[in-house]
Amino acid sequence: MADRRSQPQLHPGAWWLWALGLGAAATRTTNPLLLGLLLTVSAYVVTVCRPDTPWSRSYSAFLKLALAVLVVRLVFVVVLGSPIPGTHVLVTLPEVPLPHWAQGIRLGGAVTAEGLLFALYDGLRLATLLVCVGAANALASPSRLLKALPGALYETGVAVVVALTFAPNLIADVHRLRAARRLRGRPDRGLRGLLQVGLPVLEGALERSVALAAAMDARGYGRTADVPAPVRRTTAVLTLGGLLGVCAGTYGLLTAAGGTYGLPVLLAGAVAALAGLRLGGRRSARTRYRPDRWTPRACLTAASGVAVAALLIMAATADPAALNPGVVPLTAPALPLWPAAAVLVALLPAFVHKEPS
Amino acid sequence: MIRFENVSVTYDGVAEPTLRDVDFTVPEGELVLLAGPSGVGKSTLLGAVSGLVPHFTGGVLRGRVTVAGRDTRTHKPRELADVVGTVGQDPLSHFVTDTVEDELAYGMESLGLPPAVMRRRVEETLDLLGLAGLRDRPLATLSGGQQQRVAIGSVLTPHPRVLVLDEPTSALDPAAAEEVLAVLLRLVHDLGTTVLLAEHRLERVLQYADQVALLPAAGAAPLLGAPADVMAVSPVFPPVVDLGRLAGWSPLPLTVRDARRRAADLRERLAAVASSPSSPSAPSASSAASSASPAEARSLGVRRGGVQALRDVSLTVAPGETIALMGRNGAGKSTLLNAFVGLVVPSAGTVRVGGAVPHRTSPRDLVRRVGLVPQEPRDLLYADTVAAECAAADRDARATPGACRALVSELLPGIADDTHPRDLSEGQRLTLALAVVLAARPPLLLLDEPTRGLDYAAKARLVAVLRGLAAAGHAIVLATHDVELAAELAHRVVLLAEGEVIADGPTAEVVVSSPSFAPQVTKILAPQEWLTVAQVRRALR
Repeated sequence: MADRRSQPQLHPGAWWLWALGLGAAATRTTNPLLLGLLLTVSAYVVTVCRPDTPWSRSYSAFLKLALAVLVVRLVFVVVLGSPIPGTHVLVTLPEVPLPHWAQGIRLGGAVTAEGLLFALYDGLRLATLLVCVGAANALASPSRLLKALPGALYETGVAVVVALTFAPNLIADVHRLRAARRLRGRPDRGLRGLLQVGLPVLEGALERSVALAAAMDARGYGRTADVPAPVRRTTAVLTLGGLLGVCAGTYGLLTAAGGTYGLPVLLAGAVAALAGLRLGGRRSARTRYRPDRWTPRACLTAASGVAVAALLIMAATADPAALNPGVVPLTAPALPLWPAAAVLVALLPAFVHKEPS
Repeated sequence: MIRFENVSVTYDGVAEPTLRDVDFTVPEGELVLLAGPSGVGKSTLLGAVSGLVPHFTGGVLRGRVTVAGRDTRTHKPRELADVVGTVGQDPLSHFVTDTVEDELAYGMESLGLPPAVMRRRVEETLDLLGLAGLRDRPLATLSGGQQQRVAIGSVLTPHPRVLVLDEPTSALDPAAAEEVLAVLLRLVHDLGTTVLLAEHRLERVLQYADQVALLPAAGAAPLLGAPADVMAVSPVFPPVVDLGRLAGWSPLPLTVRDARRRAADLRERLAAVASSPSSPSAPSASSAASSASPAEARSLGVRRGGVQALRDVSLTVAPGETIALMGRNGAGKSTLLNAFVGLVVPSAGTVRVGGAVPHRTSPRDLVRRVGLVPQEPRDLLYADTVAAECAAADRDARATPGACRALVSELLPGIADDTHPRDLSEGQRLTLALAVVLAARPPLLLLDEPTRGLDYAAKARLVAVLRGLAAAGHAIVLATHDVELAAELAHRVVLLAEGEVIADGPTAEVVVSSPSFAPQVTKILAPQEWLTVAQVRRALR
């Protein structure tokens, strides 16, 4: 059997940067043609590049979620009306009279084509963003991303990974215990059934965590190396000071008065905090087994995502009308050529993700 | 390698010490089997080696435990991680990561081994345990035997000098158990690893042990010695030892091979006294209409999550009949039982329980036709006390109040009303769940893996209870890996593989012909078809 890992996987960070870049690009436009292109591109890359793991099957779940968001957005417009002034009335629902304190809220009434179209564009943008996150999930599981955390944050990372694997176990427990209710001659459906298994499920989860904690302890989790006291103190000072600096710098940036000191303080704080983290990593004696590396292909992948985001942000400032087609009056959206070409850059990973054999 | 010096352990809130006066030494490179009835502190003793007792569990440890010269008093479990590898009863609760390769590397990462060493050891361990083909597989998709091997591999990679295992084969089918034991044997022989393991199913492990440490009763001092000597006085023993004691062989045989060599004259005596063994005779096969049979499946097929779990299974259960369902982990035994109680919906064929279609029958009606004791009996128990549990069972089953409690007293004498079900032993909890199910007096009783975690005494009690129920006309179907249990109880054995029935016939016929499913007595006395020591004892009387 050919070993799949002989083909090293891309750094998970690269996939997340690529997907978030696509997501950021999606937030810049409501043009359905561009959004559709983004969806197609991401779906194509996912189909070509995704590994065969349980996580990669989460993509379809994200697709369903995106569809649900779109539908909910449309239903809201139909039921609650839309602030978009429209003249093309498709259907008029009976309007429910509301008391005066609910002024400004409308139930029912006319449904216009313009309102629906606006909601569709808006919903599609959100759905595209969700699908991009789903693509990142499918291409590189969050737990792989957490493994790339710096040493000082490792223990937190493990806690998150364990929590992530816990949810599926919890759901399996609920299923098993609800099934067991049937064996006792009690109805196995309905809310009451769910509530009654709550306590046993929590008990089981607690017992499993204790067993896991024991196993992790026995396998050396939390072993620390001896660190000289001055290093420990420096770490604490750097981390705390850095975080304070970040807070002060952010405050400075956001207030009108702090325009001059804001940025330098923020940067200095960030550098100090990072140095603290790096020094803190000395306390953990851990090493990494086959860490994911930033290969040229990983860099290309990440760069293609970032490039799409940057190009679409530029396009949105240069030609806002093309990226946000109007709905009043009703017009067919046109495909702006060079932003569309920019989106196609995101196809790059599909061609570079494999070593030439 | 492991040294106990006058160790006693007392848990918080318990008056009596769980372990008392433990004083022995396990030499380097030996495989030592820890045996004893349930509840004598075997797990506590194992925990003391890895330092989890008392650092993790709490309680007070008196005396001194040293492992490879390190005192567990001053070394926490994580500081012993490079010399002791511990595998608990449930491999799934041991896993930290989600794929095989990462799991093997996890322990080494914590110890801070250099990446090149880790890479080499992972590859070596994959080969040693035969896991190379599974390296990328998510852990949740592995079979029980594979999971157990990964769990052992994950503690092997840091090259511990001591391996501690708590019931490594309990949940496994006979073939998977052999697989795991072969690996352990190889570690002991080739790498000089010291192994200390606790196991209830002595028939699987005893032959491999260099020494046996016996904890005869709660709070009693352990006895360490050669397996044959310890077995001569042990309250727990496998069938081969039982047969050896019956025949008066000394020293006692520990393996089927030993016993066969001495069994020539026993076979002659048996051939003289009885022409054929009196196997548990099936109730007269009634030619009653099929609608009257407690359960019937006709060309049943079940698909679950894209996998064909059952394929064209036909099975009719007669009243008073006991059937053992056997086969590998994942062969479809539990799915078949679940189909009989309507937990899974057939995708092809039909299934009927007392004339009704299970998944279309309301739970209230179904409990009067069929009862299932699941693999984890605790799933059936919700209440805080035994009394409340029984009262709820009577209400659920619409039985006369007190019916369930009467059953509990009959099956399990001496259980107080206010005991919490969680505080019962495995065997007691199983019996309580059985009583809860029986409160509705179902003509068909299903048990999924009932002897997991039971010692020989609890098993003997269960056998007696189930025999009584079968004699009273209950039909019983049990899914089990325990060949000795099937030999004791079942009239008929149904073998499943890959969701299909591959053998269905009287117990003697089916198990005698199979090397992995034949009980020890059958192997020893072949070609005569004896199944259990009890049969031999009766014949010789």
